[in-house]
Amino acid sequence: MSEDVAPDSPPDVGSAGWFAVAVAGADDDAAARRDRILTGSAASPADWPARAVEAGFTGDADEYYDRLKAATTRATREAVRERERADDAQLIHAIRAMDDAERTANELAERAVEWAGSLFDDVDPGVEGARAVAAREPEGEVERRAVSLAERAAELDDERAALAETIGRIAPAVAPNLTEMAGPELAARLIALAGGLEPLAKKPSGTVQVLGAEDALFAHLSGRAPSPKHGIIYTHEFVRGTRPEDRGSAARALAGKLALGARADHYAGERRERLHDDLRERMATIRARADGEGDAGEAEDGETEDGGAADE
Amino acid sequence: MSESALPDGVERRQIEGGRRLATRGEPVYGEPTADGWRAWDPERSKLGGMLELGVETGLTGGETVLYLGAASGTTVSHVADFAGPTYAVEFAPRPARDLLDAAAPRDRLFPLLKDARKPETYAHVVEADVDAIVQDVATRGQAEVAVRNAQFLADDGRLLLAVKARSEDVTADPETVFEGALGRLREAYEILETRRLDRFHEDHLGVVATPK
Repeated sequence: MSEDVAPDSPPDVGSAGWFAVAVAGADDDAAARRDRILTGSAASPADWPARAVEAGFTGDADEYYDRLKAATTRATREAVRERERADDAQLIHAIRAMDDAERTANELAERAVEWAGSLFDDVDPGVEGARAVAAREPEGEVERRAVSLAERAAELDDERAALAETIGRIAPAVAPNLTEMAGPELAARLIALAGGLEPLAKKPSGTVQVLGAEDALFAHLSGRAPSPKHGIIYTHEFVRGTRPEDRGSAARALAGKLALGARADHYAGERRERLHDDLRERMATIRARADGEGDAGEAEDGETEDGGAADE
Repeated sequence: MSESALPDGVERRQIEGGRRLATRGEPVYGEPTADGWRAWDPERSKLGGMLELGVETGLTGGETVLYLGAASGTTVSHVADFAGPTYAVEFAPRPARDLLDAAAPRDRLFPLLKDARKPETYAHVVEADVDAIVQDVATRGQAEVAVRNAQFLADDGRLLLAVKARSEDVTADPETVFEGALGRLREAYEILETRRLDRFHEDHLGVVATPK
């Protein structure tokens, strides 16, 4: 049952099927195959049923499909369970850790390339520069330290990328509507700024609109500045990609739908097609103003969507 | 007229007072049934809509299928009823939980929690030379997904794709969006037939294609 790969040929992740695992023992094998299904990869597909028979994994294609059925069901069930268990608290940790990793990677990279610049020629700045330094063969203690520091910076940057991937995986499970509207990263940031999905779901859309712009908001409240048009949602393409004179409208409309999305995610947990269609249409209308310039004027400003709660 | 285009295992049956598309299998989503046949609602399924409209899908029954965007398993459960080994790829955990339930009684329906934009993450599971790829993913870049997955399809296989215009760009005219998507598709596929699915699905284009 378990000798599907010859001991001298460990599975090549680039070209082996899900069934090729090099662990002995039926229980370990099953667990290893589940992991392979979930995290494995191949450069291209192959005739896996025939390969499995050749490798002695199964007697015939029928048996192969039976085992594939059992393995995919088990793997998918566990993956679904794990991802649904991921909650907003985990998402907040992940996004904060990602920011820390990014900031620290940049700082360390700057230090490492500055140091390396005094030792080697042609050192580029930033994390990419640090990666190039990390690939060098150091000579002597001082070079070893500089190269080693560059390696840490590169590794931290890898960690940042891995955290971003994790956020991309768990955000849709934690907040499917918010993630679809805002993307995993912005969704996680909004949840983090609000202190959780429930607090975010309870915020009025005007607050969602300026989350992350607290400094500007308090400056405004003490009479020193105009009211901020947008906080962290500025990073959303709907806001940033809209011409400046319509950005306030875009931010207000987006915040309204994000607030509804957060409520749907917290109270229902299901995807709401309507919300997404509404948001796209609203944005299309706002963007169309730039085309219809002149005749339409600003007559439709002061529109309807800021409360947003009525749409449900 | 479209009767001839139906694959074996898909029939028009008398169910709840009307002749409706149906397949034989365990009910999945509370659909009406009669004599072991379950109605296949063309309004809930893009592929069902294509079959109802008489699109020549090339499906004959018993084929190996890669289904991208399986969601809760509504359509893919019907596919598995008449097809052979069926790989169901879905990225979101919530619908995937329902997909697991739909897959449970179907011993040749393989559920996979994977991102259809990253075929390398399931190329070690999904076999090469499948007879058909059915795609219904509602994200931007739908044609790109089809192109990336062309590697799974047999030379004479069929891509059955539903392009949702709104997922690409609501601000653009659907026709413009469809043209753009078809342009990208033609880099890997020969387009055999296109059909607006508006009778059942607003602003959707059904596409039948084969690898170039």
